Formats: sequence, C-alpha cells, structure tokens
Amino acid sequence: MTVLSAKNITMQFGGLTAVDQFNLELSANELVGLIGPNGAGKTTIFNMLTGVYVPTMGEIMLNDQSIIKKTPHEIVKLGASRTFQNIRLFKDLTAVENVKIAYHNFIDYNMVQGMFRTKKFWTEEKKAHEECMKLLDIFDMGEYADTLAKNLPYGQQRKLEIARALASDPKVLMLDEPAAGMNPNETAELMETIHFIRNKFDITVLLIEHDMKLVMGICERIIVVDYGKTIAEGTPDEIKNNPDVIRAYLGD
Amino acid sequence: MNLFLQQLINGLNVGSIYALIAIGYTMVYGIIKLINFAHGEIMMFGAYFAFIAATSFNLPVWAVLLSSMVIMAIIGVAIEFIAYRPLRNAPRLSALITAIGVSLFLQNLALIIFKPDPKVMPKIFPETIYKIGEIEISSTTLITIGLSLFFMVLLDLFIRKTKQGRAMRAVSEDKDAAILMGINVNRTISLTFAVGSALGALGGVLYSVAYIQVYPTMGVMPGLKAFIAAVLGGIGIIPGAMLGGFIIGMVETMTKAYLSTTWADAIVFAILIVVLLFKPTGILGKNTREKV
Amino acid sequence: MDHNKKKAYLINAIAIVALYLVFFVLIQTKTMNNYFVGIAIMTCIMIIMAMSLNIVAGFLGEMALGHAGFMAIGAYSSASFSMALIDGGLSLPPIITLVLAMVVGGIVAGIFGFLIGTPTLRLRGDYLGIVTIGFSEIIRIFFINFGPTGGAAGLKGITRLVNFNNVYWITIIVAFLIFTLGRSKQGRAIISIREDEIASEAAGIPTTRYKVLAFSLAAFFAGVGGSLYAHYQSFLEPSKFGFMFSIEMFVIVVLGGLGSLTGSIISAIVLTVLPEMLRSFSEYRLLVYSLVLIIMMIFRPQGIFGRSEFSLTAFIESLIRRKNVKNSIGGGEAS
Repeated sequence: MTVLSAKNITMQFGGLTAVDQFNLELSANELVGLIGPNGAGKTTIFNMLTGVYVPTMGEIMLNDQSIIKKTPHEIVKLGASRTFQNIRLFKDLTAVENVKIAYHNFIDYNMVQGMFRTKKFWTEEKKAHEECMKLLDIFDMGEYADTLAKNLPYGQQRKLEIARALASDPKVLMLDEPAAGMNPNETAELMETIHFIRNKFDITVLLIEHDMKLVMGICERIIVVDYGKTIAEGTPDEIKNNPDVIRAYLGD
Repeated sequence: MNLFLQQLINGLNVGSIYALIAIGYTMVYGIIKLINFAHGEIMMFGAYFAFIAATSFNLPVWAVLLSSMVIMAIIGVAIEFIAYRPLRNAPRLSALITAIGVSLFLQNLALIIFKPDPKVMPKIFPETIYKIGEIEISSTTLITIGLSLFFMVLLDLFIRKTKQGRAMRAVSEDKDAAILMGINVNRTISLTFAVGSALGALGGVLYSVAYIQVYPTMGVMPGLKAFIAAVLGGIGIIPGAMLGGFIIGMVETMTKAYLSTTWADAIVFAILIVVLLFKPTGILGKNTREKV
Repeated sequence: MDHNKKKAYLINAIAIVALYLVFFVLIQTKTMNNYFVGIAIMTCIMIIMAMSLNIVAGFLGEMALGHAGFMAIGAYSSASFSMALIDGGLSLPPIITLVLAMVVGGIVAGIFGFLIGTPTLRLRGDYLGIVTIGFSEIIRIFFINFGPTGGAAGLKGITRLVNFNNVYWITIIVAFLIFTLGRSKQGRAIISIREDEIASEAAGIPTTRYKVLAFSLAAFFAGVGGSLYAHYQSFLEPSKFGFMFSIEMFVIVVLGGLGSLTGSIISAIVLTVLPEMLRSFSEYRLLVYSLVLIIMMIFRPQGIFGRSEFSLTAFIESLIRRKNVKNSIGGGEAS
C-alpha cells in the first residue's frame, strides 16, 4: 500500500532547476534512503514533501490526498512529519516542552478552559505530560525532560528532534541527515534507534543521508539523486555496484 | 495647475529634508541593524547649534552649517561609543531600548539647557523670491533642495569611490567577513555615525529654517517620518532612503494641499502600511527567504 | 492538581490577600492620601498594559510598538458604552457597569487587533514594529478628528467607576489569566513561534492562526486596561495615546524581561512609581529616567528577570531552607 507518492515534482528557483521531475513511492512500513552528493537536491525534495516549498510542477499524494499547496502544519496533521538538517529545536524550552508542542493536536481543551484552569485542563495536561514522557523514555531521555533544549549534548538534541517529530503521530517520518555531526558510535546507536522506532510505531521512514555507507546498513531501498534527478534506485547491493552512482560520487 | 506646481516645489523642499534625515537612519541600520531613535534628537541639536552660531556668534552661513555638522558628527560618534557599542552583541531589542533612552535623554537635556519655549530661527540664507508666472519660489527653498542634492551626490560618490566607503558597504554586507578582510569595523561604524549625524544635523538646520522655529521636541515628528521614509524605500539601502524621503515629503504636501490638513499624517502612515503589505521589505528592498 | 501546586496556589493567594489588606488599612487610616492612591491605581493599569503587551512582545517575540492604539480603542469604546448606559437611565450597580464597559472595551480592541493583525503579521521584526506604530498613529489621528467622542478637545464626563478596591482585584484576575495562558497549550504554541517559526510549523502548529490569536488577545487586554483608564481619569484626550506612550509600555516590558510576566509587573511598578518619586527633581526627572534606562540596558540587556519568573513559593522555600541549615548548624554546636 502506498503511503506517500510524488509524481514528476519539479522545483525551479528563478532559472535554476533544483529538482527535475522527481518520482517517489513509499509503501507502509518501509525504510527508504535518499542519498546523493552535496547540492543534489535532497533537502529541496524534503521541503516539497513537507510543504515548505510548493513545487513548480508535479503532484504529491499523502494517504491518497493531494498535499500540493497545503501548509506544513496541515501536512503534519495528515500524517507526515520531519526533522531538520541543522537542528531546529525550541532552544529555550525544556525537552519535554519541545515534545508537548508537537503533541498539541491531541490535547483537547480550548483557550478559555486553559486560562481558567478547569478540570479538563488538568486532566488533559496530565495525560499529555505522561504521553510525552513515555516518548522521551523510548529515547532514554527521561532524565533530560526538564533540561533546556539548548543545554542538551549534541547527540541528545538530534534524538529530541526525532522524538518531537514522532509526537504528532505520523505515518511517514522524514529525517534530514539525522547523523550529521555524530561520531561513529553515536551514528551506529542512532541507526539502531531508527530501526526500532520504525517497528515500534509501525511507520514509514524516509531518510536523507549524505554518507552512503551509513544508509546501506539499515535501508531496504535506496534512491540516488544527482543534479535534481533520480539516477538510480534499488536495494543497497544494487546501488553499491551501479556505475552511475559511482560516477556521481567519484566523478568521471 | 499653478497650485499644483507650487505644491510640487514645496513637496520637493520638505522631501529633500526628510531624505537627508532618512539617510542617517538607513546608514546606521544598514551597518549595525539598529533603529537609531536618537537620530531625531541629533537633528534637533544640529538646529540648536546652528541657531547659536547664527545668533550669538554671527557666523557666515557656510560656517553655521559646517560647525553644526561637525559638532553633531562628533556627538553622533560619542553616542555610538558610549551607549551602543557595549550592546553590540546584546539582544537587538535591548539596543533599541538604549536608543530610545538616548533619545529621551537628549530631548530632556535640550529642555533643561534651552528651555521648552520655541526660538525663532533667523533667516540664514539670503532671501529673494523668484516669480515664474504665478509660481513663487524663495531662494531658501532652492538652497535647501540644492544643498540636499549636493550632499546626497557627495555621499554617493564617497560610498562608491573611496576606500572608507567600500569598507562601509563591506561591513553592512557581512561584518565577520569584513573583519577577516582586515577592515577596522569599529572605525567604520564610527565613521558611519559621523556621516549620518552630520547629514541629520544639516537636515535639522534646513528644517528649522523652513519652519522658522527651534524647540526641544522638534525632532520627534520629522524623525519618525524620516524613519518611515527609510523603511518605505527599504531600510539599509541609501538610495531607498532618498526615494522614500521625497515620496513622504510629496505625499504629505499634496495631502495637506488637496485633501485635509488634519489627516495628512494618517495618510502618510496608511501609504506606508499598504506599501509594506505588498512589498514587505520596502520599495527597493530585496526579498530574502530563510534557508530550511 | 497535585499537592505542590495546591501549596503554591495557597501561598500566592495568601500573599495577594495580605497585600490587599495592607493597602486597605493604609487607605482606610488615611496614611495613604489620594495622591498615592492615584499612583497605585495607575500602577495597576500599567501592570495590565505591560502584561498584555508581553503576550506579543514576550511570548510571540514580535516587536509591537502600537499598544497605546489598542488602549485608546478600549478606552473610548468602553467610555462611550458606559455613558450611553448611564444616559439611558439604566442604574446598574457601578461594578456591573464597569465590568460590562471593560468587556465592551476589550472586545472592540480585540476585534481591531484581529483586523490589524491578520494582514500585518506576515511582516517581521522592525517592519512589523513600524507598521504597528503606523496603525496606532492612525487611530490617534482618527480620535482627534472624530466629533462624537470630543475630537481633539477630548471626551469629558465619563463616570468615575474605578477605585483601588476594584482595580486591584481586576489586575489580579487579568494577571492570573495571562499567566495561565502562557502555561496552556495555546501559550506553548505561541511561545514556540518565538523560538523557531519554521520548526513550529513542522511540529504541526498553525502558526498564522496563533500569531493572530496572540495579537488579538494582547489587544483585548489592552482594551481592558484602556477601559479602566477611562473610568479612572473620567476624561480622555487623544494626545495621551501617542507614540511615546506605546514606547513607554514597550520599555517596561523589555526592562522586566521579555516573556517574564512577574518581570513586567515589577518593572511596571518601578517605572510608574519612580518618575513620581523623582518629581522633587522636577525638570531633571526624565533625564534621570532616561539615564537609568540606558545604564540598565548596558549592564543587564536581558531585563530584570530575563525569561524566568519570580516564584514566591520557591523564594519562601529557599528562605526556610536557609533557616533550617542555620538551625541544624546551631543545633550541632549545642550538642
């Protein structure tokens, strides 16, 4: 069953075509890697899939619904959430508050109830707190719940961003270079976590990675882009031996 | 038609003064991203120094203008050194509040030194009235427009052709890169304040001559309007400030002549709002989008 | 509500009642004369203004320099309402009239906040700042030219309904509501926009809607403040609501700490009382005021409290702890 699909999406900035007729199909519970050299258009693809950019052309469907011209928060509500290449946490808020903000749509009280602190406010806030703590615990971050995001170690910040993306209960999780800036040990641990959450939450994961070796280990399917176009697609083994891919990475 | 031409000249007259003051706002904003609220007060003090030079010392016109501009350039540099420099790495709003503080300080200082009652600014320029058909143009108007244009051209040449001008452009483009290129950023910022304040002082003198008055709160409204002019043209862009100044002067004059005196200021603000809604970074501003 | 929260509520409630009783005794025994009561009332109104501005400036993190405009709308609309009510011969108890007028003033100001906020909140930073100045100046010029509310001469004959008793409790209620707003899911959503707008969208927050909400709420409470002002002064003139008044309120908020409500309260008290205390210096008082402002910003640019709140409970607990430590040391020596 297809969860997310993109047909011929194209993004032009002025005269520059950053992404050219890109196609994508993600099935339920798949773990797919999107790789390519620097400047290949990976993040632009992400930005189109998450509503940050509106494609110049093409169609994107999420759970059989077009998400072209939908705003990022509407797309989140429809079931796709993301992380950012350069971590974007709410720096002056605590870890658990970061998660609670993404849990927003599941907290059920209105502004007046919140301002007058009715019973509903207390029960809903208590439930939200427990749910968000559960999520932090999955990432072994319970002890950091009341630490300001900006004071967390780098690796924890990356994990918190993933936890926040999961709080909106997505069907598709898109991770933009989650291992950037991590050492090999942290990276290995992170890859394990990604595998684990895919199974635990039963979601589809789309992963951008700059470094090819990293994705080979966990992704079932890999898409390689260069100059805004798909140049190869297949299992890690197929990709490894594809001459086009080797050329893209090493040059002619 | 004659009335219209007459108003056109009046608009140019007021507009050139706003443009001069707006340049100071925009230069400072361009280089340290600060709305220098004290700029209106710089203009007011400039007018007072010219008033003293003309009445107490009976200096010739050129010396009146020059002394006022030089003194205010020094004061402008001093303000930056004392009040703004310590806050250069602080949150931007704190620097803004400091600027408001400096503005209030200068205003109240002027109230104490010069007393609140308005003084009559003497006619420092030789006064003759030229008649072309039914249109009357006074020499003061011509000199005001002429002086403003002269200094704007001079500034433009300075910014484009000299080493210091290039340094200013470099610092406002990218402060860190400018440091790496061996530019003395502190000195460049000081120079910016000096030039901006001198032009603001000139604007103040011309304003006080046009309205024949000097008083401690005279800088508030023209200061605000000049700031609006700078935003309208695209803040941080010098030609934008000039353009904005002329537009605001023209709109104000025309509204007063044809629509309503009491609503003139409201219409100036309304135009600003409408322009910004369609072009959020001002007329000559470039749109930038945040990288995700 | 758990035990600690209940304790915190109780301590704060006791402090609020105690403070009220102190003022009550001072006023009843005439220790505080009318002049000082007047300052206390103005301080309460400025607390409401500063806290409401903090919703936009502190929670949302946007530069709003036109708060006086919303205050003017609230003041004029509530005054017109209460005057019509009283002229119409409806003799309600004064407090009911005041509350109704406040609600009207707040709602009208809130509607204008919504109307102005919807198109302008696409702008950011300094541009938004200048546009808010523009709107508030237009509002002021409107009232100068608007005959039915007295025009430039001002609106006279508003019934004085505000006294220290009612303004104190209204301020407490408004403070409570803004404080709880900041700690509700709506408040969190607004604060997340300040922290990072793009991340906030990506976390599923409808940022545009919450920006407009913050703006309208700030305008609503500014309207409430304006209503109180109108029914305290019993006279309104447009020149009061100028650009400098907006700046004054903004200064209070930044000085207290953007996003810190207790900071706003303390800063509003200091900056309203200080100029009055300096009255004996007469012409030098604004000079001193501006110097204090500059020095304060140079040495503490993040404001008095930064973004944190002063907690009475935590303060008392730390006092008790210190005492306990002393006692145990003292006990040790004795044994």
